[in-house]
Amino acid sequence: MEDYLDVVKQILLDLHPELDGDEDRDGLVADGILDSYDIITIITQLADEFDAVITADKITPENFDSAESIAELVDEILNE
Amino acid sequence: MRKNLLEYLYDDIDEKRDRVAFSDVNGSLTFGDLFEISRRIGTRLSRAEFYREPVAIYMDRSPEMIAAFLGVLAGGCFYVPLDCAAPAARVRSVIETSGARVMICGRDIVEKAQELGFEGTTLIYEDIAGSAFAAQEQYTESGKENCTTTVELRENCENAIDEAVLAHIMDTQIDTDPAYIVFTSGSTGTPKGVVACHRSVIDYIEHLSEILKVNRDTVFGNQSPFYFDACLKEIYPTLKFGASAWIVPREYFMFPVKLVEFLNEHRINTICWVGSALRMVSALGTFKTVRPQYLRTVAFGSEVFPPKELRTWQDASPAGAEFINLYGPTEGTGMCCFYRVDRRFEDGEAIPIGRPFPNCEILLLDDNGNAVKTGEKGEMFVRGTCVTLGYYSNPEKTGESFVQNPLNNAYPEILYKTGDLAFKNERGELVFVSRKDYQIKHMGHRIELGEIENVAGGIGGVEIVACVYDSKADKIIMVYKGEAPESEVSDSLKNTLPRYMLPARIVKVVRMPFTPGGKIDRKGLAEAYTGRGK
Repeated sequence: MEDYLDVVKQILLDLHPELDGDEDRDGLVADGILDSYDIITIITQLADEFDAVITADKITPENFDSAESIAELVDEILNE
Repeated sequence: MRKNLLEYLYDDIDEKRDRVAFSDVNGSLTFGDLFEISRRIGTRLSRAEFYREPVAIYMDRSPEMIAAFLGVLAGGCFYVPLDCAAPAARVRSVIETSGARVMICGRDIVEKAQELGFEGTTLIYEDIAGSAFAAQEQYTESGKENCTTTVELRENCENAIDEAVLAHIMDTQIDTDPAYIVFTSGSTGTPKGVVACHRSVIDYIEHLSEILKVNRDTVFGNQSPFYFDACLKEIYPTLKFGASAWIVPREYFMFPVKLVEFLNEHRINTICWVGSALRMVSALGTFKTVRPQYLRTVAFGSEVFPPKELRTWQDASPAGAEFINLYGPTEGTGMCCFYRVDRRFEDGEAIPIGRPFPNCEILLLDDNGNAVKTGEKGEMFVRGTCVTLGYYSNPEKTGESFVQNPLNNAYPEILYKTGDLAFKNERGELVFVSRKDYQIKHMGHRIELGEIENVAGGIGGVEIVACVYDSKADKIIMVYKGEAPESEVSDSLKNTLPRYMLPARIVKVVRMPFTPGGKIDRKGLAEAYTGRGK
């Protein structure tokens, strides 16, 4: 889970450098920080890095609202 | 014969008055609301002596923004929709190019609008759209207590409708008067304003409605932003037929299951979306969880749509749903070619753009202006009423792309030179091949790589810069030589370019490769930096 978290944070920082130092925050979706381009990029990169295939039913505002929730999602998918 | 877009709203208004026209998650407006609000705004503009001129609109995508468009038309002016999400510097450049003296702004984004440093008149939508009765309170507060009876109210209050003035404006307008200006990426670094007249839009809406088989039961699901011509597809057919349209919130396009549920919840049956929006839904396996139940027309356009995704949509949609590929440059008023999908496409096959709309012709010409032979590649030239008036306040760029028909030297006849290459296949269908220049389609947006290069070239510490596009990964890659660190260049671009124009990768190099002819070796750069790997 920790391994995933660091990678997820790096992906987020690449997309939004302004999150530097604040990458643990939540509200990434609720506060309108991520857009559809970001979501697709995150999904593609997680597939590349971990072979984690995120299916559409898992692509929800709740699962993408923070680095932690995204990392938990990867963890859940890989341990299914 | 219609000569003004407002006739689509006015026709049968008594019959459709109480029906809902446009909705979003925050509310909706009926045809009657649109009728009233647009006439109030039109009167207001006229009273303030704004006439036959551009009116900038700075509002969030909403039913109210459509009411503002129609209000601008009622005032005999033309609307210039702005992108509220774009950096202030870019919005400012659009306003300057348009020369607008007046702007209609949504109340909730007034503070953001102040950052634009706009020096003209700013009208708050909520103030000018409100009813005469609502206006009375403000009027009374300001000490002018002469609005006491309903009659006086109608005469005196600023928001009262002046039927005579509106009728006069309508009477004196002709169908070649502009309806809107929308801005598109310009290779010199400044966006270009495409100005279209009522006649071109009417021509488009009449034919598009037939192609999409729009009727009173049509429920549109709008995806495209309102600062492009793409939204014409939902706005005017809805008015024409007394149909209805849902504005799908932008954030739903991040969450495909929610998106399809939204379509089902509101019984949306007609969608005209960019390929990337449709692809996001199908490629992520959404249909394993939920399928669209009511779709009967799915139009996709503006960018290449892979056959695999088309098949996935076809299989998931209700039986009998029609799929239509649309093609058209903004300069040709929305769309000007269509192909109704009538067969299965295998991977690697190109989905044709089909044939021109009725009352439009596409010429395929070679570099010498001669017609190419069947099966040969040529540049597409658009001929017809759909050809827009040109680039606003930019005779030089207009002259480059809006040109005399090279096959006609007998009388003036202006064609739009698209820069798109296509050929006719053995079935007689037009097939898009590629661009002649460095214009790309990315996330549904048309982008001149030259614009990004010009903006980047203006950053201190950037000497030479080139952008290449990785079409497989749909990514823009920028390569530059200079002192500035990559992070600085990236930050600077974020302040000047809209999000969709930002490069996915910025690479600093010690030496920029050149061709023997002395030009930047774009092919070499593309080979080196596109494809996989970091």
